[in-house]
Amino acid sequence: MSEDMKLRNYHAQVWDEPLLMDKSVKGQRGILVPEAEPGIRSEVGKAEDLIPANMRRKAPPDLPEMAQPQVLRHFTRLSQMTMGNDASNDIGVGTCTMKYSPKVNEALCGLPQMADLHPYQDESTVQGILEILYKTRDFLREISGMDEISFQPASGGQAVYTAASIVRAYHEARGEGTKRDQVITTIFSHPVDAACPATVGYEVVTIMPDKDGYPDIEALKASLSDRTAALLITNPEDIGLYNPRIEEFVKRVHGVGGLCFTDQANANGVLGKARAADAGFDMCHFNLHKTFSSPHGGMGPGCGALAVKEHLAGFLPVPVVKKDGKRYSLDYDRPESIGKVRDFYGNAQVVLRVYAWIMSLGAEGLNQVAETAVLNNNYLEKLLLAVPGITESYGEGKIRLDQIRYSWEKLTADTGVTSEDIERRMTDYGIQAYWTSHHPQLIPEPFTPEPTDSYSREDIEEWAAVMRQISKEAYEDPEKVKSAPHRGITTAVDESAALLHEKCMFTYKKYKRMKAEGK
Amino acid sequence: MPKKKPVVYPYIPNSVPETRSEMLAKVGVKGVEELYSPIPKNLRLKRPLKLPKPFLSEPELQRHVSGILKKNKSCEEFLSFLGAGCYQHYVPSVVDTIINRGEFLTAYYGSNYSDMGRFQVMFEYVSMLTDLVGMEVAGFPMFDGSSSGGTALRMCARITGRTEVLVPETVSPLRMKVIENYCRHSEVKAIRRVACRPDTGLIDLSDVKAKLTADTAGVYIENPSYLGMIETQGGEIADLAHANGSLFAVGVNPMSLGVLAPPGDYGADIVSGDTQPLGVHMNYGGGTCGFVAVRDVEEHIAELPPLLTSIADLEEGEGFGFNLFAWAERLSYAARENAKEYTGTSTVLWSTANAVYLALMGPRGMKEVGETILQKSHYAKKLLAGIPGVKTPFPSAHFNEFVVNFDDTGKTVSRINAALLKRKIFGGRDLSDEFPDLGQSALYCVSEVHTQKDLKRLARALKEVIA
Repeated sequence: MSEDMKLRNYHAQVWDEPLLMDKSVKGQRGILVPEAEPGIRSEVGKAEDLIPANMRRKAPPDLPEMAQPQVLRHFTRLSQMTMGNDASNDIGVGTCTMKYSPKVNEALCGLPQMADLHPYQDESTVQGILEILYKTRDFLREISGMDEISFQPASGGQAVYTAASIVRAYHEARGEGTKRDQVITTIFSHPVDAACPATVGYEVVTIMPDKDGYPDIEALKASLSDRTAALLITNPEDIGLYNPRIEEFVKRVHGVGGLCFTDQANANGVLGKARAADAGFDMCHFNLHKTFSSPHGGMGPGCGALAVKEHLAGFLPVPVVKKDGKRYSLDYDRPESIGKVRDFYGNAQVVLRVYAWIMSLGAEGLNQVAETAVLNNNYLEKLLLAVPGITESYGEGKIRLDQIRYSWEKLTADTGVTSEDIERRMTDYGIQAYWTSHHPQLIPEPFTPEPTDSYSREDIEEWAAVMRQISKEAYEDPEKVKSAPHRGITTAVDESAALLHEKCMFTYKKYKRMKAEGK
Repeated sequence: MPKKKPVVYPYIPNSVPETRSEMLAKVGVKGVEELYSPIPKNLRLKRPLKLPKPFLSEPELQRHVSGILKKNKSCEEFLSFLGAGCYQHYVPSVVDTIINRGEFLTAYYGSNYSDMGRFQVMFEYVSMLTDLVGMEVAGFPMFDGSSSGGTALRMCARITGRTEVLVPETVSPLRMKVIENYCRHSEVKAIRRVACRPDTGLIDLSDVKAKLTADTAGVYIENPSYLGMIETQGGEIADLAHANGSLFAVGVNPMSLGVLAPPGDYGADIVSGDTQPLGVHMNYGGGTCGFVAVRDVEEHIAELPPLLTSIADLEEGEGFGFNLFAWAERLSYAARENAKEYTGTSTVLWSTANAVYLALMGPRGMKEVGETILQKSHYAKKLLAGIPGVKTPFPSAHFNEFVVNFDDTGKTVSRINAALLKRKIFGGRDLSDEFPDLGQSALYCVSEVHTQKDLKRLARALKEVIA
């Protein structure tokens, strides 16, 4: 990267677009709906008379009245005030594995043979999508080393929730449900690895890092007992370090009778390189909207594919896709099942994209994905550690796979500019705001980039150059960074309002009322 | 043997061998393998993954995958009367255009400063949805109608500090599987089922009275119910619940609310449901989009598990922006195991579709589509009831769905549906396993997409099949 790399002179599209409801014009219509035919109307009479009097809606809903082009334009403008991965460089959005979502897969999802399928159609009429689900299940079995897969969880969080439900069902089936009331996780595991077991009623024990940043094995030993139900752990952890004692963690938890689950929401660096099952885990999950390329949709719909070993397969939610000779079917007859975690079968359209993505790459291609993600991350590390004010926390000199949590602590101490100031400033260069860290932020002034396989060397160099430029600005003109963004969509908002009930405005009606009252 | 030419993958820019070598040199390693040294050797997979040979070119891939999909028969090709929680309605082209915009489709977390546009959409979605259901506050969308129903029940228990909930026996058994799993080992210690009257299918008020106790945290009903009936006693149930110090939660099909009274009008404290009908394709059940809405009561808002978007003033000048982390201490992002429930990725692309849909429909569109559905579904019910041997056991008013009983035909729903299938018709959802008391019954669903001709075709086909 040359020192004087030209940064883009970006400016966000600022449409100054009013709220939808303020654009309403009485009488305008966005779309017309079919009327019941005269033959129907004469037979059943007025619609109003078909509703019991006390159940008729009295006042119409306060929806806007707008013509079609105005609706289209409003939302198109709002889309232009959004940086999606299709347009922006999302390297900063670490732990989220932002990668290219191939357009051909979107076209496939839009076919009526996907989009317009009802979940309760006769199985003979959905053999295509069942085949996709079954074959993708086989791919993920091979990639994880596990025996059975459920696509029902609609997100990573829901997959971890499902895993926690299975932990509970497993111990109850063995008569140890009451005794085993603790789940162990680590502070650098994703927050849902603590929240989900708590949601299903477990007490959560959190292991803190040792001096090297690895989960403290002594703390683990001290936490284990006959109350241990399971270990839920992310590896590599949020900060990017692969736990070298992971096998020992698993063995020790198994030793006291607990189950082991690993959170592989992001498995980008290990695809085809290491498998959760081979490290002894009983369960793992993959976020298909991360590692496996399905678009994030602005936070869903996604899929948290849950993979389990044979001894837990009976507990998976119903139904499970089966193949009998040449015919695919849905199996509900699973007496040990935890039941269901959501309606129907999960996000089949997400699984379709994943099938297409894997079939476009094959084993060699997946290997290339993993290796490129790891190479990109190490390349970015070289560039970032040369930027004044950036340090790596924990594990100095240790190799990380596909993601690293860095710190601006030194820069903050030197200049007063914080990581959040920089997060705002980077949008001025046409780069998506970065992900700082999950809570608690043990690493001061954190940020967590993840340059996945979809980024070019040039993208990585541009991202690092923006960090270097902002560092320079912080040392020379800190106010410029602190008052950012300057070329973004909007300027700083009053964040204190979010903390108080009397100042929160969750809807247009409340907003208007509070403005009218002069608040 | 000549060395195989390395593949340059279109989705992986740095798969160009020269680029890769230069990057390795800069990193200071001989090969990528060195970068894998943190993984203990014995945990490494020492063979290539066993996966099918890929279709490297896009045309071959497209042909392969669409070839598999062509084995499916869609509801566009066949005439469908399936509902039962997932609904076929017309999806306006503008909705698909907007949600396929790359900015929305491929965004993730972002901030107000990079992604203000989609937070404005979120605010607009919440504003319209809450008005439609007669509530005042909602968060980011949730997964589906069933899991958001589970959240509504757990919220009842957290808000009241009580441990039991009442749920009518007409709630679908599959929805109950979601709710039961969600409530096990939670604040909700018991789910008591409330009887419905066999003649009307509506809730038996005397059973509500009998089951309300000092432990009752909330009473949940669905309107319309799973079996299609419009529950007319919402106000009385709300009064009974409130007099007992319990909350009243309603699961609703938002598509009905252009014509039906919103639950807020008859006393609901919490409303949950699924907005899939509002502009989202069925996607084999992947179109679900749950929500939980409440009144603007601090103690109730504090129990909502998802992210909340609040509009905010700018620190300087005119205009507005958005705060995404209102009351962040509720959220698992901030509070880990001390959060209300877990939260994370949900269904934001679908709530974007809902926002566009509601903006297009406006108040008149929602009213008119509701009227069309009412008229067409009542016409269909009449038509089917006129077929010898076919009964429609519940006289109660319904919205889009109604129960059809075939006991007197001597044929099972399964046989009838198989025969309809040969005529390219998906008959109604077979209820004989879910509600054995209803005998050989099916749940038929009719919407604005059906024409009079379609309904007559169904009636004709049923006559043939039954004869």
